[in-house]
Amino acid sequence: MKSGSNLEKVLRAGHFAFTGELGPPRGAHAEEVRKKAAHLKEKVDSVNITDNQTAVVRMASWAASLLLIQEGLEPNYQMVCRDRNRLAMQADILGASALGIRNMLCLSGDHCQFGDHPTAKGVFDIDSMQLISMVRQMRDDGKFLGGTEVDGKPQIFIGAAANPFADPFEWRVHRLAKKVAAGVDFIQTQCIYNMPKFREFIRQANDMGLTEKVFILAGITPMKSLGMAKYMKAKVPGMDVPDEIITRLQGAARDKQAEEGIKIALEQIAELKEMKGVAGVHLMAIEWEHRVPEIAERAGMLPRPKV
Amino acid sequence: MRLSYPSNVKIVLVPCTGKVDVVHMLKAIQKGADGVYCVGCLEGACHYNEGNLRCRERVNHVRSLLQEIGLESERVRMYNLSSGEAPTFVAYAKEMTENILKLGPNPLKKKAEVKK
Amino acid sequence: MIVAKRKPFDEIMDLIKDHKKVLVVGCGTCVAVCLAGGEKEVAVLATELDMARKLKNNPLELESATLERQCDREYLAQLDNRVGEFDALISLACGVGIQFLAERFPNKPVYPGVDTCGLAVNQDVGWYEERCRSCGRCVLGMTGGICPVTMCAKGLYNGPCGGTNKGNCEISADQPCAWNAIYDRLKAQGRLDCILELTLPQEWKDTTPRTLIQPGYKKPEKAKA
Repeated sequence: MKSGSNLEKVLRAGHFAFTGELGPPRGAHAEEVRKKAAHLKEKVDSVNITDNQTAVVRMASWAASLLLIQEGLEPNYQMVCRDRNRLAMQADILGASALGIRNMLCLSGDHCQFGDHPTAKGVFDIDSMQLISMVRQMRDDGKFLGGTEVDGKPQIFIGAAANPFADPFEWRVHRLAKKVAAGVDFIQTQCIYNMPKFREFIRQANDMGLTEKVFILAGITPMKSLGMAKYMKAKVPGMDVPDEIITRLQGAARDKQAEEGIKIALEQIAELKEMKGVAGVHLMAIEWEHRVPEIAERAGMLPRPKV
Repeated sequence: MRLSYPSNVKIVLVPCTGKVDVVHMLKAIQKGADGVYCVGCLEGACHYNEGNLRCRERVNHVRSLLQEIGLESERVRMYNLSSGEAPTFVAYAKEMTENILKLGPNPLKKKAEVKK
Repeated sequence: MIVAKRKPFDEIMDLIKDHKKVLVVGCGTCVAVCLAGGEKEVAVLATELDMARKLKNNPLELESATLERQCDREYLAQLDNRVGEFDALISLACGVGIQFLAERFPNKPVYPGVDTCGLAVNQDVGWYEERCRSCGRCVLGMTGGICPVTMCAKGLYNGPCGGTNKGNCEISADQPCAWNAIYDRLKAQGRLDCILELTLPQEWKDTTPRTLIQPGYKKPEKAKA
């Protein structure tokens, strides 16, 4: 047991994990975090807390993570490489562990250009893979990146992202292998709409023996509307939305599109539960947290296992 | 053909308008010319392949420089014709002259004279 | 080579607005090659400044000089006897040359007439593209000749990130994903093993001004005048 977190215990016990996501508010109101958290309580094993997502300033992910712990949920503390150098990162990791944060995701971060401060300097002192390796070194070897000793090793279950749908496809599984070698414990994938492509990715991961070394959680984002599907297909980098999804949503009446989107997601979850190499699902119902209890129920994810 | 064109047009012969550089046009205006225009071959028919295209880019650049300085960009322009089109040459000369008369004399001319 | 772009005219006018006699100094090397600050461009700027100041009824006395380059003292020395009569100098050299010029004549205001824009290749006349950030730890051997620091928007050493969009960087369809290109290049050469292992964090060297003494040469006791 690397961290003793709920997520880690659920996965190691062999249960199919179910995680959620929460974007911190663009202000200092703690109440907004608590409100969103309330929808997710007991419906998921742990909750991703995003870090200045899409390069837009939000309440710090460590702070929102702490609020979540106070509400009785478990956070997955996300840290991007865009906003911090290696000193700040290591300091934050120590602080997070001291506050009881036990899961962490090591991510590159969306480019500053997308956000509300497009001319800010993107730090990128180290990249996401080097970050994974750095956390592992602090946790297992008790050493900072610079080589000096950590007096009080952080207890962190290390996560990262994988995007099987971005080019070059053949390289993505090797990139996953690199992250595993660097020390990652669990992976959450980018949200999946192209199931055949995902099946192929998992098949390759299985063949390389990676699924025995890392827990892979498949990312699912239910489409709220046809408009959302079209937007994601055209405007979101690295996203693969097949025409069949668009067609299906087009076939539904305006006020029935959300239900159709949920149906698609539920079908995916049903298949993923049985897929070899998939250890769980990561549900990203962004700004739709109030629908998570219903989706969790209909997907057969409730009650969450107590470990 | 013995056509006549306005007498205020002074011709500087060049082998190709591609030889005309930004600084030539700019200095002409600096020294008091009320207007400068380059007359080159029809586009696609430059005797030296691309010279007239380069001149066009330079003329456009000089127009923006004039704006930067505070002069009218219309004082400089480009015309294209074939060497057999004498009447067109005359028409362009007349057009340019009218254009410049409307703009008025080069404001720098007065200042140059005063300095003398 | 180093490439630069002539500063906006209004900005230069503003810099010298209180001066009456100015020397415009060009450079015959990098900035001349990239058509920003050579003899021709000096002539254009000087002509522009003369005309604009006359129109404002605030005439400017202007002279120009174009040195071979401004990053070597022997060429700057050619100005030693001229500089005294001017209120200020405008230099069209790259940032390196401007500073050397300013250092040589510390009592004269020296203004930049260009913005230095990087180390670039010449794609065609007037068209330059950045390729190097002079990080000081070249990894081109590992990446098949494509620089991850310059060409990857996030400067990743273990890329690509998850934002690659049909072979392009997430920031723009006009920017190829460097790591996608690195992958293709290494694959074609059968050298994908170069990027299979984790590349360790960079030891950044370009954060403080660097001094280089080539091996086999010694730093003199005192810098030459």
